[in-house]
Amino acid sequence: MIPELGHFALACAVALAFAQGVVGIFGPGLRDPRAMTATPLLACSHFAAIGAAFLALVWAGVVSDFTVENIADFSSAAVPLLYRISGVWGNHDGSILLWCLILSLCGLAVALFGGELPASLRARVLGVMGLISGGFLLFTLTVSDPFVRLWPPPLDGAGMNPILQDPGLAFHPPVLYTGYVGFSVAFAFAIAALIEGKVDAAFGRWVRPWALVSWCFLTSGIALGSWWSYYTLGWGGYWFWDPVENASLLPWLTGTALLHCAIVVEKREALKAWTVLLAIATFSLSLTGTFLVRSGILNSVHSFAAAPDQGLFILALLGLTIGGSLLLFAIRAPVLAAAGIYAPISRESALVLNNVFLCAIAAVVFTGTLYPPFANLLFGIQLSVGAPFFNQTVLPLAAPIIIAMGVGPLLAWKRADFYPVVQRLYLAGGVAGVVFLVMVADRHIVAALGLAGGVWVLMSACTDLAQRVQLFRIPLAHSAARFVALPRAAIGAALGHFGFGITVLGIAGMTLAVQSVVVLQPGQSARLGGYVWTLTDMHDAPGPNYTQRVADITVANSSGVFLHLSPSRRFFAAQGTTTNDAAIHTNGFQDLYSVFADEPAGGGAELRLNVQPMAPEIWLGGLIMALGGFFSLSDRRLRVGAPARRKETVAVTP
Amino acid sequence: MFGVPLALAVGGGEGFYILLRRMQAQTYDPHALPSPLIGKRPPAFNLPGAAGMQGFANTDIAAPPKPMLVNWFASWCVPCTQESVMLDRLAGGGLAIWGVAYEDDAQNLQKFLAANGNPYQRLAADVDGTTAINWGVYGVPETYFIDKAGIVRWRYAGALTDDVVASTLTPLLEKYS
Repeated sequence: MIPELGHFALACAVALAFAQGVVGIFGPGLRDPRAMTATPLLACSHFAAIGAAFLALVWAGVVSDFTVENIADFSSAAVPLLYRISGVWGNHDGSILLWCLILSLCGLAVALFGGELPASLRARVLGVMGLISGGFLLFTLTVSDPFVRLWPPPLDGAGMNPILQDPGLAFHPPVLYTGYVGFSVAFAFAIAALIEGKVDAAFGRWVRPWALVSWCFLTSGIALGSWWSYYTLGWGGYWFWDPVENASLLPWLTGTALLHCAIVVEKREALKAWTVLLAIATFSLSLTGTFLVRSGILNSVHSFAAAPDQGLFILALLGLTIGGSLLLFAIRAPVLAAAGIYAPISRESALVLNNVFLCAIAAVVFTGTLYPPFANLLFGIQLSVGAPFFNQTVLPLAAPIIIAMGVGPLLAWKRADFYPVVQRLYLAGGVAGVVFLVMVADRHIVAALGLAGGVWVLMSACTDLAQRVQLFRIPLAHSAARFVALPRAAIGAALGHFGFGITVLGIAGMTLAVQSVVVLQPGQSARLGGYVWTLTDMHDAPGPNYTQRVADITVANSSGVFLHLSPSRRFFAAQGTTTNDAAIHTNGFQDLYSVFADEPAGGGAELRLNVQPMAPEIWLGGLIMALGGFFSLSDRRLRVGAPARRKETVAVTP
Repeated sequence: MFGVPLALAVGGGEGFYILLRRMQAQTYDPHALPSPLIGKRPPAFNLPGAAGMQGFANTDIAAPPKPMLVNWFASWCVPCTQESVMLDRLAGGGLAIWGVAYEDDAQNLQKFLAANGNPYQRLAADVDGTTAINWGVYGVPETYFIDKAGIVRWRYAGALTDDVVASTLTPLLEKYS
């Protein structure tokens, strides 16, 4: 009964979403005040309907209702409660429903917190979101219905893919989707602004918090996914340049560019058409990411068993959303004239430079990801593009961003002098230089460049804050007072840059990682990274829905044994699969990583041992970046909302 | 200039549309593993027989009287058991299928044939798997279509299904007979 109610709620949601879309988009044109008040209410009820449908599916998962095909295929009674819940979005149909839920949640947020917006703009924003939601809900209801019943029900479900049975993966999809889908708000603002033909400082101010929230979630989502693959998949790496990973990186790159150039719109009313295009591009790339995963068009390790006809449906939705918005852009963007002017050396120019390089990276990643299918289409050849291509093309493009990131925040708006800024950065530059020389002396050129870049970014972020509070130039107590009084956005920005520096340090440090694959009999030892790793014992151990073999390893340095690691091989009888549960010890700056890979026929254990310097910094940096974003959101300026629109701005011609 | 993004999106969308249609028609498979043997004759080999049957060498399939299949399988492979029904049916229809038992044990092979039927006209044993490496065999079961000139025209990794036979194998047989 409950699944039927869920199905019914889903059908209601489709109707409500389209109603929200039509009323929201056409209502303001009719100047009907009832339409303006109806849209937020429709957005709320639309969210309530999807919420009910989603809860019904979760309920079916929790009580293991195997008459629901989705539950029977991807869950079983033996799966622990947390994974019975997370399993709901661990498969294709359920994850699309989660996607819709989050989209409607964003609509709810605009309805609730958008009180400061002009009523017509809010209605149009909600209208655009309603139409997108309606399209995807229709997809869910017609070709990927998660409530399909199965009769007679099987005695037990087929079980859940063992590598998905992990807390990291329970939270990774919702967080990542919130990031993806959150950009729909910025997108809807851009479309609404194009319809109204008006992009001004207020637009920049409204879009930024929404883009910032989604960016924070996307950053955490990507970091979480990378961390999960690091500790679960047991291969010791953190980024594979897999098409699906790239699909999440692309909106992150353009979203980062959007965040930065929305500041320019807000402060200087320049780069308007570009900002609107970035808002459209970011959400379009999020959608394309969804499409690439669902249609199976790209060869990826992330498999979602989906049929090509589902792919066609999504492609049609994509064509309407992306094609329609870009058509609108092509028609209306020429109206958006820039008002602000600026000198070549200024904060604006630094932000333009940031945009150019971020988008260049996005273009390179996009090309590399889509080249294999299009090479097949155009030239009839089968090929794959892997990590060597991406490493060689992305890293050179990242270098100018890293250098500019240090200088940019210290430049003044409109017109800046370069040399005083460079003088202020002597400490950051000096420390980065020392790090570089030390590492070069150690003959690690790549690591030297990376570590120096990371140190440069985080030192210059600190310099920025130190300059603002005039550290050491006025008494310390005064500096502290100034720090408290600083706009939170300034602290958030510095924190974001600081976090990026930390991530760069982590990535650079990982180039120094060493690994070895050894077969040890109990009692034997291996040497790696200055440690002695000894296999002491192998034994069986029980688990909730698996059995496992555990290898006990001791790790010793010159002063004796300081660590016990117990990597295991888990055997899941329901699927007949074995997973390797890595044992990782971290001291915050280095990971000791061990995987129990196999039990060879000759006895003993095949172990993969890694020593990974700076590995934790990769995800720590991502976390700090996201925290910086959230901190910036708490800025009073954003909470108070936008002031009344300025009077007609006078266009200045240079 | 403002129309450039639209043009890019339209071009990309059209490309995706064609790819998806080809996926539906099964003429494009993003997961396909291209075989280096397509359009060529298999490299030189000479494998002994297995299960009391006659083995074969590359010269034996250099010019078969009719198009034929070379099927790589093993008694320890689960999909091979499922595939045997289809192979029996194809052999019953008059198609010549020659088998290669990949890294298999003689006794298990006997039991496998007794349990699942024997569709093979000749059966060779590749005990150490070196011939499989030379052919570029990805895993078992794997099937190669060889035309009357002895040239490999098609390779399928995985168990043959009704869909695959109907959409690919039957047209190939018509084309090369």
